[in-house]
Amino acid sequence: MKPVLAVKDLSVTFRTEDGPVSAVDRVSFEVTAGEVLAVVGESGCGKSVTAMSIAGLLPRTATVNGSVELDGTELIGADKRTLRSIRGREVAYIFQEPMTSLNPVFTVGHQIIEVLRTHIGLNRQAAHARAIELLKLVGIPSAERRVGDYPHQLSGGMRQRVMIAMAVACDPKVLIADEPTTALDVTIQAGILDVLRGLRERLGTSIVLITHDLGVVADLADRVAVMYAGRVVETAEVHDLFAHPEHPYTVGLLGASPAAGRHAESQRLNEIPGLVPVLTEQPDACTFADRCPRAIDTCTSSQPQLTDGPHRVACWNPVRERVEV
Amino acid sequence: MRRYLLNRLWQSAVTLVLATIVVFAGVRALPGDPALALAGEDRDPESLRAIRQQYGLDQSWLVQFWQFVSHAARGDLGESIRTGTPVRSMIVSALPVTIELSVLAILIASVIGVGAGVIAAVRRGRPAEWAANALALLGLSVPHFWLGLMAILYLSVALGLFPASGFVPFFTDPVANLHHLILPALILGTGLSAVIMRQTRSSMLDALSADYIRTAEAKGLSPKAVVGKHALRNSLIVVVTIVGLQLGALISGAVVTERIFALPGFGKLTVDAVFQRDYPVIQAVVLVTATAYIVINLLVDLLYSVIDPRIRVRGEA
Repeated sequence: MKPVLAVKDLSVTFRTEDGPVSAVDRVSFEVTAGEVLAVVGESGCGKSVTAMSIAGLLPRTATVNGSVELDGTELIGADKRTLRSIRGREVAYIFQEPMTSLNPVFTVGHQIIEVLRTHIGLNRQAAHARAIELLKLVGIPSAERRVGDYPHQLSGGMRQRVMIAMAVACDPKVLIADEPTTALDVTIQAGILDVLRGLRERLGTSIVLITHDLGVVADLADRVAVMYAGRVVETAEVHDLFAHPEHPYTVGLLGASPAAGRHAESQRLNEIPGLVPVLTEQPDACTFADRCPRAIDTCTSSQPQLTDGPHRVACWNPVRERVEV
Repeated sequence: MRRYLLNRLWQSAVTLVLATIVVFAGVRALPGDPALALAGEDRDPESLRAIRQQYGLDQSWLVQFWQFVSHAARGDLGESIRTGTPVRSMIVSALPVTIELSVLAILIASVIGVGAGVIAAVRRGRPAEWAANALALLGLSVPHFWLGLMAILYLSVALGLFPASGFVPFFTDPVANLHHLILPALILGTGLSAVIMRQTRSSMLDALSADYIRTAEAKGLSPKAVVGKHALRNSLIVVVTIVGLQLGALISGAVVTERIFALPGFGKLTVDAVFQRDYPVIQAVVLVTATAYIVINLLVDLLYSVIDPRIRVRGEA
C-alpha cells in the first residue's frame, strides 16, 4: 500500500547561541491511509520537532534536510504558499495544551469557521452549520450552544475536542497529534482517545501520534517508532513491540511504565539512568551507549543502523531473548 | 454585560464624588485666604466680611461643600474672581480645543505607534526592528517643546506650510481648524507614539510566542490573519490601557504645546488660573479633569470587555 506520508532521512538542526544543536537525525518512517503511527520517546528526543517539521512549522533558527512526501508532494523546501494551503487542509495538528492552544479572545465556533473559510471557501452560514456538525462529531454536547462559547468557558477535555474538531474540519489526510492527552485528567484521556479512534474509523484519517505515554500507544497505535536523541532506534507493529522489544532503550521505556496488576505488590518501577543527551553533532556511535546496560565495545565506536524487515532496530547488541519487563 | 456596565457606572459615580470632595478640600487647604486675594488693596474688616458673605466663605465647610456640589450639579461653576466671567463659559470655550487636539494627537500616536510596534515585533532582529527602535528612542528623548519650536521655525515660518499659532473653531471653518491643529497634534502625537510603539512591540512579542499562534499557523492561516488578527487582538489590552492613560494626561496637560502654539485650550486656562490664584477656575478645572479621567477610564474598561471576553465574565460573576 502506498504511504500517505513518507518521511525520509529527515534531519533538523537548530542554530543556538552555543552553536548548532542536532535535534533530529535522519529519521525515516511511513504512514499508510487510516494507519495510526505512534512516535514515542522521552522529553527532548526530537518527537515534537519531527512533527512540527512535517508542515514547516519550525522557527527560522531551524535547518531542515531530507524529504517529507505527502501523497507524492514534497514538503521540505516547498514555498510558503504551498505549505499554507496544506496546513489545516491536508495535514492538521492537535497540540498538547488545549488551555493555551485556542485563542482566548475568539469563540470556538469562530476558530473552527476560520479554517473552513480559509481552505474550503464556505460562506458564513454554511461554515457555521459545519462547525456545529464538527463539534457533534467530536462528542461535544449541545453543540448549537457551545459553538458560541469562548475557550475559557469550556473544560480542558472539551477544549481538546474543539482542537480536534478544528483539525479535522477539512478532512485532512494526516492528523498529527502531539501529546494530545498529556495535559488532561486520566478520566478525560480515554474520551479523547475514543474520539481519535472514531475519526480514524469513520474518516480513514491517518494519525501520527506523538506521545511518551505507552498506555496511549497500546490503546490506539498500529505501529510504533521509538525515538532516542533525534534518531529512530526501533520500529515495529505495536503488539510485536510490546511483546518483543529489541532495543535496550525500548525495554527500558516499557519497564519504566506502570501497568495494571504489575508492580502492584512489591516491585518499584525501573528507571533508565541518566538523561537524553543534547547533541551539537551526531556522533559516530550509539547515542544510548552511555545509559545502556547491554553496551559493548562496538557501541561507542560505530553508529548502528536500522535493520530491514517489519521489526527494525538500530542496535549492536539487541535483546533477542524474551525479557520480562 | 449589562451588569458589568452598571457595576462600572456605579464605581465611576463613587469615584466622581470622592474626586469632588478632594477638589473641594484641596482648594480650601491651599495657603492664603481667597477673601484677602479678592479684596486686593482694600483690606478693611468690613469689606472682607462683605466679600466672605458674598462668596459664602463665612459658612461652615459642610454648607459650602453642599453649595458647591449643588451649583456644580446644575452646571454653575461660579465666576472667575479676576474677570467675573462665568467659569462655565470659560471651560466651554477652552475644553473643545484641548479635546480636539488630544484626540487628533492620540489618533496619530496610535496609528504610528501600533503600526511600528507590530512591524518591530514581526521583524524581530531585522533592520526594520532596529529602525523602529531607533525612531522610538528618538521620539522619547527629544523634548516635544523643542520639536514644536523647530516645527514652527522651519515648517511655519520658513516654508509657510502651517500657521504658527492661533485657533479657528471647527464649526466656523473646519479646514482652517484642522490646518491650525495638525502641527501641534503631530508634535504631540509623534512623542506619544514612541511609548505606544514600545508597549505594542512587547505585548505583540508575547502574543506571537503564544501557543494559539502556533495553532493559527498550523491551520494554514495567512500571515496577515495570524499577526493582524490572532496576535494583535490579544495585544490590544495593553495598547488600549496606554492610550487611555495618555489621553487623560493630554487633556489635563497639553500645557506646553498649547503655550507654544498659542492655542486657547485647557492647559492655558489651567496655568493662567493658577498664576492668578483664580480659585473658582482652578476648582472647576481640576473637577473637569478628574471627570475626564473617570470617563476615559470607564471607556477603557468597557473596551477591555469588548476585546477580551474573559473580562466580561469576571465582571458578571
